[in-house]
Formats: sequence, C-alpha cells, structure tokens
Amino acid sequence: MSTEPTQPDAGLEHAENAIELKEVEGLSQGQIVRRRFFRHKGALAGLAVLLFIIVLATSSVGVGPIPGWWHFTGNETGAMVNPGGRPTLTMPTWLGGTGFSLGEHPFGQDEVGHDSFARVMRGAQTSLMVMFIIGLTSMIIGVIVGSSAGYFRGKVDTLLMRATDLVITIPVLVIGAVIGKLAGRVSGMLFAVAMGFILWTGLARLVRGEFLTLREREFVDAARVAGASNTRIIFKHILPNAIGVIIVATTLLMSSAILLETALSYLGFGIQPPEVSLGRLISDYQGAFATRPWLFWWPGLFIVAIALSVNFIGDGLRDAFDPRQKRIPSQRKMEKAKLAQRGSGPDDRIDAAGRPLDSNVERAADNVRRSGGQQGGYSGGS
Amino acid sequence: MLSFLVRRTLTGLATLFTAIFLMFLLVNRAVDPLDDLRQSTALNKEQLIAQRIDQLDLNTPVVIRFFKWLWNFVQGDPGVAWRSGEPVGPLIAHAIGSTLQLVTAATFLALVLGVTVGIVSALRQYSTFDYLIIFLSFLLYSLPSFWVAVLLKQWAAIGFNDFLADAFIPWPVVAAISAVAGVLWMFAIGGTARRRVQTFLLGAAATFAMLAYLQLTDWWQNPTVGPVLLAVVGTAIAFAVAGIGAGLRNRRALFSALTAVALGVVLYFPMQSFFALPMFGTNGSVTATLMIFGLAAVSIVVGLGIGWLFAGPDRGISMRTAAITSFLVAALIFIDQVMQVWGPYSNYLRGRPIPTFGDRTPNIGGNYWVGVLDSYTHLILPTLTLILIAFAAYTRYSRSSMLEVMGQDYIRTARAKGLPERVVVVRHAFRNTLIPLATIVPIDVITLIGGAIITEAVFARPGMGQLFIQSLGGAEVEPVMAYLVITATLAILANIIADIIYAAVDPRIRLEA
Repeated sequence: MSTEPTQPDAGLEHAENAIELKEVEGLSQGQIVRRRFFRHKGALAGLAVLLFIIVLATSSVGVGPIPGWWHFTGNETGAMVNPGGRPTLTMPTWLGGTGFSLGEHPFGQDEVGHDSFARVMRGAQTSLMVMFIIGLTSMIIGVIVGSSAGYFRGKVDTLLMRATDLVITIPVLVIGAVIGKLAGRVSGMLFAVAMGFILWTGLARLVRGEFLTLREREFVDAARVAGASNTRIIFKHILPNAIGVIIVATTLLMSSAILLETALSYLGFGIQPPEVSLGRLISDYQGAFATRPWLFWWPGLFIVAIALSVNFIGDGLRDAFDPRQKRIPSQRKMEKAKLAQRGSGPDDRIDAAGRPLDSNVERAADNVRRSGGQQGGYSGGS
Repeated sequence: MLSFLVRRTLTGLATLFTAIFLMFLLVNRAVDPLDDLRQSTALNKEQLIAQRIDQLDLNTPVVIRFFKWLWNFVQGDPGVAWRSGEPVGPLIAHAIGSTLQLVTAATFLALVLGVTVGIVSALRQYSTFDYLIIFLSFLLYSLPSFWVAVLLKQWAAIGFNDFLADAFIPWPVVAAISAVAGVLWMFAIGGTARRRVQTFLLGAAATFAMLAYLQLTDWWQNPTVGPVLLAVVGTAIAFAVAGIGAGLRNRRALFSALTAVALGVVLYFPMQSFFALPMFGTNGSVTATLMIFGLAAVSIVVGLGIGWLFAGPDRGISMRTAAITSFLVAALIFIDQVMQVWGPYSNYLRGRPIPTFGDRTPNIGGNYWVGVLDSYTHLILPTLTLILIAFAAYTRYSRSSMLEVMGQDYIRTARAKGLPERVVVVRHAFRNTLIPLATIVPIDVITLIGGAIITEAVFARPGMGQLFIQSLGGAEVEPVMAYLVITATLAILANIIADIIYAAVDPRIRLEA
C-alpha cells in the first residue's frame, strides 16, 4: 500500500479560503448555517427521505381517529390475495418485472391476512414518534442539567455530574430493558419519555463543557456588568452560542434512539401489543423469515431508511454549524479561483481575499481540512 | 496517582451503591413474579400465591429486602435463581465464559479493521474511497443489529452451507469478484492514472488467481492451509509487516521476517506429530489450551531472537518485525491444525458446518481440535454481526482522529526534516491517532462483557446478555441484580482505566480529578 498523502495544493487551499470568505460576506450566522446545510447533498437527501416517510406514514393510515387514504388499517384480517400472502407489488419492466403496479397488498400479508403495508406504516408512526419524543425529552433534560452544571460550577456541578455518572454506570440497553418493561406496558408515549430520562447524559456532558468555556468569555462579563440575571445570561447569552452543539448531538441521539427503541421492542421490553412499532414487527415476524420474508424485509428497510437519513441530517448539521469545517468547492469554481490568483483571470471577485502566494513554500503547510471531531457516542447496542 | 486511585475508588463505590440501590427498586417494580400464578386456573391458586410470596419474601418492604440481599451478596452469596433453583454464582461464571469468547475476537478484529480502514480513508480524504467508506460506515451505523443478525443467519449460514454442498463458483462470478476487488484496491491506493490501472490489474489478477487456486484444488471441501499456502501467505505477511513497520529498504528487518517465515514452514512438519500427542486427545482439554498459549509466547520470543541475531544499528525494529511475523505464522499453523478436522466435522454435521445458534454442539466428542473448531464455527456469525456494527464506529473515530493529527504542526515538522512519508504516517501520526481511541476502547470492551445482548439473543448464545434478558423476563431478581452489579462495577472500572491509559499515552494529561 502506498503511504503517499493526498497533499492538497497550497494554492488550492488558498483559493478555497477565498471562495469561502466571499460566499459568507454580509450574511447572518443563521443564513450561513442554512446555506451550508442546504449545500450538503447527503443531508438534503436524508431530509427528503425522512419527510417522505413521515408524510407517507401519517397520511396513509391516518393518525389516531383521523382516517388515511389507504384502504386497510392493518387490523382487518382478510383472504390472501396472492398465494401465501405474497406482496402484490410488481417491479417495472426495466427492472425485470411485469410492469409497475401496487396491487391490493403491496408489502404482502401475514399469516392471518393483515395488510403488511398498513402495519408497517403504523409501526413507522410509532417509531418516529418515539424517536422525536426521546430526542426532545433528553434534549430538555440534558440542556438543563448541563447548563446549570457548567454555569454554576462548584457544588451544583459536582452534584449534577455525580447524578450523570450514576445513569452512565448502567449500560443504556440494560437500564432501557428494565424501564421499558415498566413503562412499555402502559403506553408507547410513556416508554419514550422514560427512555429520554436515561439518554440525556451524553448531551448534558457536552453542554456542560460548552458552558464551562463560554461562561469565561467577555460577552458574559458584559452582560453581568449590565445587570442581567443568571437565567437571562444562561438562556439569552450563552445558550444561543451553544445551540450548534446541542442540535447536532440531539440529531445523532435520535438516530441511535430509533435503533434503541427497535432493539428493545425486539427483545420484548419496548412497545407492547396491541401497539406496533417497527422493532415489534420484526420481532413478531422473525420466525416467518423462511416462509414470508417480506414481513421481515419491509419494517427493517424502514428502520434503516429512517436511521440513515437522520444520521445524514446530523452530519449535514454538524458541517453547517462547525465554523472550522470547509467545503470543497466545485471543480469549475476552483479553476476560476486559480486563474484569478495567477492574475490572468478576468474574474476579480476571488482576489478580494487573495494574497500573493509562493506555492513551493506553502506547499506543505495548511493542508488541514478538519472534520468534525466528536461523534455521537450512544451506539444503540450491539 | 495513589490519591487519584483512592479518590476514584471511593466515589466509584458510592456511585455503585446508589446505582445498585436504584436499580433494585426499579427491577422490583418492573417484574411481577406472581404473574403466571394470577393467570393460572389451578384450584389452590390462593395457596400457591401465598406460598410464593412467602418463598420470595414479598411481604417485606423492598428497601429492607435490598439490604438483606446486599448483606448476603457482600458475604459472597448472590442467591439463587428461584425458578430453576440454580445458584447464581455458577450461572454467572458460565455466562461470562461464553461472552468473553465472543467479544474478545470480535472487538479485536473490529478494532484492527476499523482503524486500518479509517486511517486509509483519512489519508485519501475526499477521494472516492473516502466517500465510499463514509457512506458504508453511515450505513452500518444505521443498521439495527438484530436485523443484520437475522439476515446473516439466513444468508450467510444457510446460504453458505448450501454452497458447500456443491462448492463451485461459476467463472463469470469469480471474474466479477476479482474486478470488484481490483477496483477497491485501486481506490484505496490511488495515485496517478497509470498507477491506478496497474493497481487495478494487479489486485484483480491476484484475487482471480487465489479464487482459481481455491476452486481448482477443491479447497472449499477440504480447507486447510498446508505448507504451500503457509509459505505463500507467510511471505506476504512478512513483506506487509516489514513494509509498514520498517520500510522495505530496511533489508535487515525484511530478512529477519522472512527467516521467521522459513523457520515456520520448516517447523510445520514436526509440529504435526506434536499436535497429535495425547495431550490434544480430549475435547476441551485445559492443558492443551495452556500449551497453545505457551506456544504463542514461544513464537514471539523466537521472533525476537531472530531479529536480535540479525543485529545491526536498528536491532529493535528487526526484532519487532520478526516477532510480529513469527506470531502470525504460528497462528497460521494453529489454524491449519484446526482446519484439518474440518472434513470429519462437516460430515458429522451432515455437511452443514455453520451453525446458527448456541455456543457448542452438544455431545460432539472428538479430540481437542474438534472442540476448537466447533466453538469457532459457532462464533463466526455472532462475531461477524458484532464486527459489522463496531467497525463503523471505529472507522469513524479513527478517521476523524487521523485527520485531526495530520493537520498538526509536528506532522509538518516531521515532513520538513525530510522523513519518508511512511515514517511520518506510521510513527508520528498513527501513534497519536490512537490516543483518543485509547479512551474509547476500554470502555467499549468492558461494556461488551456485560453481553452483546442482542447478538446473544438472536444466536441463542448462553452469555451474560441472555442471562440478563431471560432472568428479567422470568422475574428472577437475584441473577438480574448479580448481572447489574458486575456490569456497573466494570463500567466504573473501565472509566478509571480509560483515565489512566489517557494519562499514560498523553503526557499533557495529569491525573488529578
């Protein structure tokens, strides 16, 4: 294996800087973040897929008492349309099928004739709801605990961090199994809130770290001198500066939350019947894998799609909020920028930040393109 | 250091006590030991309920029950699992054994693979290979492990067993696999267009040649390493280890590694009769296991000796290279020995050698090697599942850590003083890349001893996770609590160990807190 590094040309690097600076000129922080996010193709694709799944899951079978457009609710038992309840979904001709059509039961039926599509949609609804509630609950608790610990320090800090250690001591999946057994049989909603009460620890540590550095900054002193109360300083001055870290961590937490929910439901400690979730469906149908694999395929695909898109959104958000993060401009832009630097290009927009450059001297320097450092460390169990 | 340890141990004990107390309350609230009786239709239902309440002491308040339990526990009596009447101690001991077997190999392999791929990906930042790896790690990170496990069970196990029944890969498929391998090598190594084409052709040809050799010699039916393959693979290992660790220009290191390989090939023949000694005659023999560990140590010492004999100004490097190579060659000889019983083993299981559940075939008998092979075939699928999940995390960590390190000033300095790129990457960057990993890995490993809960559940391995899940489902508080004490203690220990390792590898950190 060759160990030659990919050394970006120093000139390239410089041109990238120039493009970057030019692009953010005169924009607010929010605008910059939004722009960066929308440039991240993976994140956009993730957002699109997630929105599509949400709309599909809610509109097809309806929410609560509101009926949806799909002609089954997943509770009817009916005669098999295809032998064995095989899916009626057919592939388009260019994929080797007989022409695209949905049919009566596109995802097939289970052994008593339940419509698999309706059940998967119900399951996706529950899993998504659980995911969002877990994210919200743990974000609120994590932010409150982390910010008070980081801001007040001293005794409060010690006390809160001991409490955090307490929760971390037991592996998430284990404590989740116990709490899930307790709350899962009541309702999915309560289960989600309970999960939120154990998943906040990572976020709290992160927020505390942010607050410890931010509270020493001048703008906090200025606010205090101006007579702002502690609450005001925390929520109006420091929190907005830590919002990037919080949003990114929460998103990554949600992606592991959906895996945790499905894992617990699979083990039988999460969502209990008659409620269905994606993990529950896989657990119910895993015995049918040999005879009715579609019952197993579709819920799994939806879990993967949801988790993957949330992960990509989280990655895009991290790139968008991280000021150190740089994007590689397109080939065309780089060509333009290089031309401009050589002084032979007519395009002087880039030159605004340009300085004369001896590429031989700076060749080895500045080849830093940092990627976001921390990762969401809450793996959904193994 | 000492005050750090004392302090952390004390706070750790306090945390442990509180956590255990809270978990005891929670577990007692969560389980209902009377559930089956309430639904029973027995005539003496009331009497049975009263009997069980008496047996489990349910009329005593839960807090008092906790202290009773704790008092017994610290005296070394973790109680009995009341449904089966088995004492908890041996239950846990057996479960830990099974779990350790599973997680050691899985963590080690995932770490090696993940770190390697992550580093290569970071060195080729923003290349096709990099994007491919990022996407792959995202995908693996988003996979529910039970789903993967069931899929593996269905395809890898049953599919592979079916394949073995008629082991022939059609030639077009062989060609396609070789082409894909070639493309992967091309992306991973990179370079100019000319070099890419060369890499592609070489990689594809090597893969094709290997698959063809396996196919034509009927290797799938009779998979052993043998002296020929041992020599070929050993030489490749020698070149790889020397190339990465010492550079191929360092002839002494290369030759000492090659000498180790030659010695291994020569020793292969006398070892055959050694491994047939009566010591290896019984399945699960402890002396044999100890002997294997001893031989592994001997192989390392022999390697060091070879490197030492080659002398020269950089004796240390030669010794290291030869030791690693000789250890790997010894491992190959061991694998060969295990695989020699493949034929009878496969026949015994009627040609379906990859099992999908449990951790051993009951009553298989045979000699030591059959036992080893049997536990390995049971390990393959769960290990694969764990690797797939952990690989993603390690790749992401090591990639971002490597990127961070490669941007540091000392890397620039190393390059500026004219070091070859290999030395910059291996000696300056790689070691520092491992620092953040050193704090993550112990925690991961020790958490895993608590059981790869889901993997064990899918593959029905009787490990820690299974013990916990089944006891919780069966409302048996004692095994659950014993399990929780062990995992919580290990978690606290893991954090202390991670802090110590961090301070040891990074002199800027001092142990104070």
